[in-house]
Amino acid sequence: MNNQVALELNKVSKYFGSLAANKDVDLTVYRGEILSILGENGCGKTTLMNMIAGIYYPDHGTISVNGQEVVIRSPKDAFRHGIGMIHQHFKLVDLFTAAENIVLGAKGDKRYNLKDVNRRVEEIANKYGFHVDPKKKIYEMSVSEKQTVEILKVLYRGADILILDEPSAVLTPQETDRLFDILRRMREDGKSILIITHKLHEVMSISDRVAVLRKGEHIATVETASTSPAELTEMMVGKKVELNIDRPEPKNVSDRLEVKGLSLVNTDGIKVLDDITFTARSGEILGIAGIAGSGQKELLESIAGLQHPAQGEIVYHNPKTGTSENLRDKDPVSIRELGVRLSFVPEDRLGMGLVGNMDIIDNMMLRSYRKGHSMFVDRKKPKDLANKIVEELEVATTSTHTPVRRLSGGNVQKVLVGREIASSPTVLMAAYPVRGLDINSSYTIYGLLTKQKESGTAVIFVGEDLDVLVEICDRILVICAGRVTGILDARTTTKEEIGLLMTKTERDTETDPDMKEASR
Amino acid sequence: MEQFFSQFLDFALTAVSLGMTFLYGCTGEILTEKAGHLNLGIPGIMCMGGACGCLTLKLLNQSGLPPVLLVLLTLLASFIGGMLMGIIYSFLTVTLKANQNVTGLAMTIFGAGTTKFIMSGISSATEAFQNYLYAKNYFRFPFGGNTSALNYNGIMVFLAIAIALIAAFVLNKTRAGLHLRAVGENPATADAVGINVTRYKYVATCIGSGIAALGGLFYIMGWSGTCDAYKSIEQLGWISIALVIFTLWRPQISIIGSALFGLLYLAGTRIPTLLGIQFDMSVTKLLEILPYAVTIIVLIVTSVGKKKENQPPAALGLPYFREER
Amino acid sequence: MKTTNTAVREPLFHVVKRDAMPLWKSMLIRVIAVVAALLFCALLSVLLVHANPFEFIETMFKGSFGSSRRLWRFAKDAAVLLCISLAITPAFRMRFWNIGAEGQTLIGALSAVAVMIYLGDKVSNGVLLVLMFAASVTVGAIWGCIPAVFKAKWNTNETLFTLMMNYVATGLVAYFLLLWTPSGSSVLGELQVGHLPTVGHNYLLLILAVLVLTALLYIYLQYTKQGYEISVVGESENTARYIGINVNRVIIRTMLISGAICGVAGFLIVGALDHSIAETTVGGMGFTAIMVSWMAKFNPLVMIGTSAFVTFLEQGAAQVSTNFDIDSSFPSMVVGIVLFFIIGCEFFIGYKLKFRQTAKNGGES
Repeated sequence: MNNQVALELNKVSKYFGSLAANKDVDLTVYRGEILSILGENGCGKTTLMNMIAGIYYPDHGTISVNGQEVVIRSPKDAFRHGIGMIHQHFKLVDLFTAAENIVLGAKGDKRYNLKDVNRRVEEIANKYGFHVDPKKKIYEMSVSEKQTVEILKVLYRGADILILDEPSAVLTPQETDRLFDILRRMREDGKSILIITHKLHEVMSISDRVAVLRKGEHIATVETASTSPAELTEMMVGKKVELNIDRPEPKNVSDRLEVKGLSLVNTDGIKVLDDITFTARSGEILGIAGIAGSGQKELLESIAGLQHPAQGEIVYHNPKTGTSENLRDKDPVSIRELGVRLSFVPEDRLGMGLVGNMDIIDNMMLRSYRKGHSMFVDRKKPKDLANKIVEELEVATTSTHTPVRRLSGGNVQKVLVGREIASSPTVLMAAYPVRGLDINSSYTIYGLLTKQKESGTAVIFVGEDLDVLVEICDRILVICAGRVTGILDARTTTKEEIGLLMTKTERDTETDPDMKEASR
Repeated sequence: MEQFFSQFLDFALTAVSLGMTFLYGCTGEILTEKAGHLNLGIPGIMCMGGACGCLTLKLLNQSGLPPVLLVLLTLLASFIGGMLMGIIYSFLTVTLKANQNVTGLAMTIFGAGTTKFIMSGISSATEAFQNYLYAKNYFRFPFGGNTSALNYNGIMVFLAIAIALIAAFVLNKTRAGLHLRAVGENPATADAVGINVTRYKYVATCIGSGIAALGGLFYIMGWSGTCDAYKSIEQLGWISIALVIFTLWRPQISIIGSALFGLLYLAGTRIPTLLGIQFDMSVTKLLEILPYAVTIIVLIVTSVGKKKENQPPAALGLPYFREER
Repeated sequence: MKTTNTAVREPLFHVVKRDAMPLWKSMLIRVIAVVAALLFCALLSVLLVHANPFEFIETMFKGSFGSSRRLWRFAKDAAVLLCISLAITPAFRMRFWNIGAEGQTLIGALSAVAVMIYLGDKVSNGVLLVLMFAASVTVGAIWGCIPAVFKAKWNTNETLFTLMMNYVATGLVAYFLLLWTPSGSSVLGELQVGHLPTVGHNYLLLILAVLVLTALLYIYLQYTKQGYEISVVGESENTARYIGINVNRVIIRTMLISGAICGVAGFLIVGALDHSIAETTVGGMGFTAIMVSWMAKFNPLVMIGTSAFVTFLEQGAAQVSTNFDIDSSFPSMVVGIVLFFIIGCEFFIGYKLKFRQTAKNGGES
């Protein structure tokens, strides 16, 4: 690192409606450094980076590149100033080859010569140590190959400032290591690299400095060498993490849902679930931990009857009748008709769990509208339920006739969870139920889940925050790349143990060195 | 036998020539759809192209301009007429993010109406009609003679093929084409790499509309040679949209496709005489359904096949708004 | 000095999504758009035929409401348009872009005429009417259902499929017309059988029937379980699957209903108005109906207003074209222009422009 300033933000703010996504953020980035942008979900990291990359336009404040004040109205402006961003959701054209994607939007002659492009791509790839086939189509690529194409795309354009939005979220540990090596090589080459992340061990292992954001505001930028994970966490959340989630001892535990040898192949022919076996018990919270996209979504959807597993069994033990049923290959309606009270809070709240354009009452009806033989819907009971949920869970809304799309994230989740527990389920599955929620709403949700557990429900909780999982769950199932790598007792395990299992792949007998370093 | 042959040749050439009407419309619509816009206003735009061209001929009737210049100005007027319609469409669907189906249908209602308005004004003047016939010879192929079917194959036939080939080249070999395809497949991606999505959508839609407009002019001046012909343009416009599906969004295939559709379109009236069979008139009406039936079959076959390269542009019909959260 | 830095250019404005707008405000925007459109048309007629713009507006109103005869004609045309608009609405609420109402209605009308021709002298008028109705509804439903089956099974593009089906229907009508008119004239005169009874006025029964249908469809969409399922599928197929709705079944069922109502429209046109059929019997109303339904935000009750509005435009403009000796194509120009304005104004309801806040300092140095 040298002391030449590459990028400087001065009091940058961005509002979405009345919500401040970023407020008066000051930030300085030097040449030849790796700067981590650290913060919880929803703290405005991505919004801030999007403004630098020209996706959003700031409402206030200025951005300078190499000491010159600039206006970045579009990604093109950003490229002109040598800024390139690798988004979390890859921005690639599926139908194009790697080379076509890389050359897309880059300056050059009216005609492009694919041979030249291929050659230059390989040049850059060799310089930093990538492996990529320029002629391969994107829809045939793995996630890490796609990420490589994204990075090459930015380098091809000669970017000096690279922004990576949670690059390791979709990678295996080996792939992450490889990526970090490449990033270090780029740093040697004088590039400035900004990494958005909320994984502390990565911050510690790769970055020179760390900028911490909290609720849209820039808290501080510190040298990595002079800080510790504990200090960073404190800055990130504002106070020391004392979750203090109430965890009563499980009572009347009995097996409720047995998953045996479940395998699932998705539409692209990839095996996303591989021989999953576990048991969910009544009166317990079973946590599911794993890096994003390890098969959590598919597992819950298989149980809910939305996927068609290739192998295995999903056995439900009915507490009322004492009988057992295999739920595999049954759709949600027939599962319900069997008398299985299975509730599911999906990850995609407005895209799956709720209908954004419908009001709270109509969303209440989603689960119950079929009841009765009348051809007409009954809106009276849903209305009572909506009022009850609004009141009991303190949903901030003007009326129950407000479309749920207009509610804030926390309130949307209260409506969804409220509806799902209203049918007094025997199994409750919740995927990332506190993602994007503020602390208060999160605690409301934890309270609801714990209450369900106490009333004898088998709760399955897919989470990403290990601190929470360790404090709220009774047992934790860890999955990695669609396989179960361990089932732990949450009262005795540590975050580090879970973290290691999350990244344990078949080939990976020794553990990630960065991981160890961070956990010490 | 010899008579059959010459009759067949006549039929084939007539049909291929008619197909060029579809080719203009189809090439124009492909460009628009590659930008992610399903322009159902193409039939109206083709009507307008015919009307603008004819109007120009009428206005320049007495100007004493050399015929070549007259033809060029007519082509230009037709193209500009289509582009103006394209600008209205783009403004509503790109800038104002309006529903594409609704806007397109409104364009067709407006275009067909305005065309009738203009054409009924022109055709009442007999001297103007004479002028068409005068200019018509320049739209037709010079060495055709009086009776040969080659008569139908004027400069605009070659122009149509040339435009389709150029469109294919631009789409597949140039940077602009790559960018345009990216805009139609995934506008957010195109935007993220600094492609001006709005500009590409505007330019593709307007040029596409201009090209489609020439189809209307060709049908009146090049193929039918009567100014009443404007009444059929709207229907031919819908076939052009069908042809886009048939050709799997490839201008190079559309050259053959349009010829085939020309054959299918005329099959009902021409094949019975050609074979010397006397079909019942009503059967010929059934044969007229052929182009549509074939399109439906192609639509079904491609959707069953699910080959990624043969699907409509992924973002077809969806408005793009960068700050969508 | 800083003023020399010309690189700093802030965009003049950028577009942002609006929060909910109060109803009166959005209605005001729409009214302003319509008024502006009519003024524009008036101006156009001034330029084209040197007509007085006030006279233009006056004639527009007289065209629909000038006499009781015109009023009835207005009500009849609006009713037919409304009926077809009702038909496409269930499909559109499901985001199934059915632009094949033209063909579905035409094939319904064709079925009714077929029954009239083949059974007209064999059964009593009452029975004949029942059979006509049954034939129209059944065939219309089947016609509408074909694209839906392919959509459900292979996700075949329904917009283009339904569009093509229009022309297949037109071709069939042309075929049967030739069969039924021995002279080969293709012009079928008014048939003397299968007339709907007259109640009060010639058109009254038709109008009442459509109004009843409007109410029924409103209730169906708003208050029944099936109507609710249509809304869920339209908003999010993922949600529909999540709660166990069989999406394919809903798509097919809804298009059966959509096509059946088109069949009803065809039956009413034949039984109450034309007593005959031609290739142009539906006359583009299948497309205009899409505008009517869309403008009403797919709400059947509001569609009474929007169908009346479009009919008012068409008949007013037709009157203008007669009075001022403009070509009969003038109405479609007017409708087109007014539609452009209405389509455009929706933008200002959904989005707003944010202009840059700081006025640029003039470079003084």
